[in-house]
Amino acid sequence: MKNPIPHPGPHAHAGNTVRRTMVLVMLALLPATVYGVLLFGWPALYLLLVTVASALVAEAVSLRIAGRPVMPFVTDGSALLTGWLLALTLPPWAPWWIGVAGAIIAIVPAKQVFGGIGQNPFNPAMVARVALLISFPLEMTTFVAPQPLWSGQGPGLLAALDVTFGSGGSLDAVSSATVLGHVKTELGRGVAPGAAQAGTWGAGALALGGVAGSLGETSALLILAGGLFLLVRRVISWHIPVAMLATLALLAAVAHGLAPDRFAGAGHHLLAGATLLGAFFIATDLVTSPVTRRGQIIYGAGCGLLVFVIRTWAGYPEGMAFAVMLMNSMTPLIDHYLRPRIYGRDRRGEPLVVADAAGRASHD
Amino acid sequence: MKLFRIRGGVHPEERKEATAQRPIEAVPLPALLRIPLQQHIGAPAEPVVRMGERVLKGQLLANSQGMISAPVHAPTSGRIVRIGGYTAPHPSGLPVRTITLEPDGKDQWIGLEGVDNPFALEPEAISARVAAAGIVGMGGATFPAAVKLNLRRRYRLRLLVINGAECEPYLTCDDRLMQEQAAEVVDGIRIMAHALGVTRALVAIEDNKPRAQEAMRMACQGDPVVSVAGVPTRYPMGSEKHLVQALTGLETPARGLTADIGVVVHNAATAFTVHEAIRFGKPLLERVVTVSGGAVHTPRNLRILLGTPVEHLLKLCGGTTAEPERLLSGGPMMGQVLPSVRVPVVKGCNGILALTSDEVRSEHAMPCIRCASCVGACPCGLVPLEMAAYIRAGDLEGAARFGLADCIACGSCAYVCPSRIPLVQYFNHAKGEVAARERTRVKQEETRRLAAQKSERLERMAQAKREALARRKAEMAARKQAEAEARA
Repeated sequence: MKNPIPHPGPHAHAGNTVRRTMVLVMLALLPATVYGVLLFGWPALYLLLVTVASALVAEAVSLRIAGRPVMPFVTDGSALLTGWLLALTLPPWAPWWIGVAGAIIAIVPAKQVFGGIGQNPFNPAMVARVALLISFPLEMTTFVAPQPLWSGQGPGLLAALDVTFGSGGSLDAVSSATVLGHVKTELGRGVAPGAAQAGTWGAGALALGGVAGSLGETSALLILAGGLFLLVRRVISWHIPVAMLATLALLAAVAHGLAPDRFAGAGHHLLAGATLLGAFFIATDLVTSPVTRRGQIIYGAGCGLLVFVIRTWAGYPEGMAFAVMLMNSMTPLIDHYLRPRIYGRDRRGEPLVVADAAGRASHD
Repeated sequence: MKLFRIRGGVHPEERKEATAQRPIEAVPLPALLRIPLQQHIGAPAEPVVRMGERVLKGQLLANSQGMISAPVHAPTSGRIVRIGGYTAPHPSGLPVRTITLEPDGKDQWIGLEGVDNPFALEPEAISARVAAAGIVGMGGATFPAAVKLNLRRRYRLRLLVINGAECEPYLTCDDRLMQEQAAEVVDGIRIMAHALGVTRALVAIEDNKPRAQEAMRMACQGDPVVSVAGVPTRYPMGSEKHLVQALTGLETPARGLTADIGVVVHNAATAFTVHEAIRFGKPLLERVVTVSGGAVHTPRNLRILLGTPVEHLLKLCGGTTAEPERLLSGGPMMGQVLPSVRVPVVKGCNGILALTSDEVRSEHAMPCIRCASCVGACPCGLVPLEMAAYIRAGDLEGAARFGLADCIACGSCAYVCPSRIPLVQYFNHAKGEVAARERTRVKQEETRRLAAQKSERLERMAQAKREALARRKAEMAARKQAEAEARA
């Protein structure tokens, strides 16, 4: 007998681990990531690597300072995933220090300061993205048109080093607006969305992703495929993505139907920008989203509503990060009020009353 | 038959194949039998035999005490060699009062008295015989069966559910019993239905036991009372409140009994022992135990005498091939760690499992990532991660507000937790602590009440003394005055 100490049940386990969950999410991100690197060339790969590496270093140093065991937490995959997700939301040709600063913000003040994995109230990658966007608006909004690796137009391995780690002076020549940014500008000028989107950015282009945008957000189809993989593997449930996408689509469709020249349509909102990445990979972050099904539906719907509001009326063309963070702040409240009904009790927690003819005999 | 959905639950690897095809086997007598006087929920039995006394098989060894208790009987003939503390088959490893019996090898029965037509008996007579036979819930709950048969007095009952779900992995003892002795099990069910005064009995068997379902269907064919219901293979289907919900769609009110909704649940093996007790007058002396697990050489289903040491069972199964990571009584989900292989098998023990580390998959706990797997798995609608957070913070009232008392400790939450947080341990600890605090509170209140009574009594006494003194003084004064007047 190796273990005579009283150990409670169960004496079996499904076998899932935190690491396995993180690895599955990364697997789901892989197609869109590979595509983003191919589309935007070597600078995108350098940015991804420098962001992920910085996240891991920041995690290790924080754990060391906090006096917690370093290896089990650095290898749980959460810091790696945070860095990865952050990189996917950055402009692909952003300078290296954007990735480093973002990773440090995500890991140190947004996660480790609260006590590390599981303790952060806000999605670390989104905290970092918002901080970067506000602090470095120029770098965070300078997007490049696709320079696919296979086309040979983009910078080579060495020239790309200069884009990411050098002065980045050549960026102006290739910069381009994102779909959301362009449409917002045009709508602001009074150009109808149909005309604003005319030509290059049809739904097909958005679905496939051959457009300017953040590193990993451009191909709606690949992100959707990753999201469906997560659903099938039960890493996430359908409640958040479906509630979010349905709310956003519904609002956009109604607004577009009422005033087609002032509002972009549902397809545009669903396919462009960070919508799908946000719905499947960011809003579904386990730590910062509600734990009950009903709560997840409300949370998802709230994200969809806020994305629509911010995109339509606020100063930023993309509202995903703000929307998710605002709803993150609602998560404790949602979890407090929306609990499952306990077996044998009504919604208020009182024991059920037996209305049946059976049950206690009258003389009791 | 229409079934109803139950919330949550998990589907652990069944691992029943190791013993599902193994018929129930009788085993040779061990050298010593150790019979604990508490093999049931309730008060321990009180010995009626002396050390050195010769006893016959089936003879009463210790009598039940009070309303909720059960007697124990000699599993074979032999000599009482010791009455005293012996390690209990419980994780604590604490000693319980135990009678040690040295078998004489003759297996000589005491005179038995069966009943030819149990359906002519009064319900009270049946439950009295069940009580005298020492029958308890054989599924592991070990609640005295007779007390449950008497629920008719206080509740209007309409359905008897026989729990043959056997939802714990590895265990196949009920499966085999229902296959091999279906007629006897059905007879026991009919007797129990008669005792409860119900006209309907449903035998619930999980769909992963088609042979048991078929055997039981054959045995109760044409029976107006008993029928078989296949239920989905999903843990914890065997939790009685959830089983009743799956069968009837009715939920048992919190803190209540299934009897509140007119249903009584008994285990299939209990039905078999009721049959034996009523038809032949045999007390509960033996049971079927599944001996399995990756560390057991040849897993088997054994019919063993109560009190047989676990090591005897393991030896009969070819011993252990590897040092077991964990030795359990019961299934892997809710079973309890045994402190030693020398402890005896008791009435509620349906399995002895020797598990390897590959099967247990024990790992260090990591922080909660709020993945909500536990929320989805909880069959009771609780939020285990929140309760655990409250308990960690020492706020037991907070945990209680989140429904701690409604937790059935099924372990589904901990089974799926990716962070390997020992949630069941948290909840058991908190339940124990809440109960201890409640006891302390009651005790303090009682002390305060007694102290108040005492000071009141003292005050009354002092008052009485003062009054008596005053009275005497007045009498003295009156007498003096009278004397003075007389003199005058």
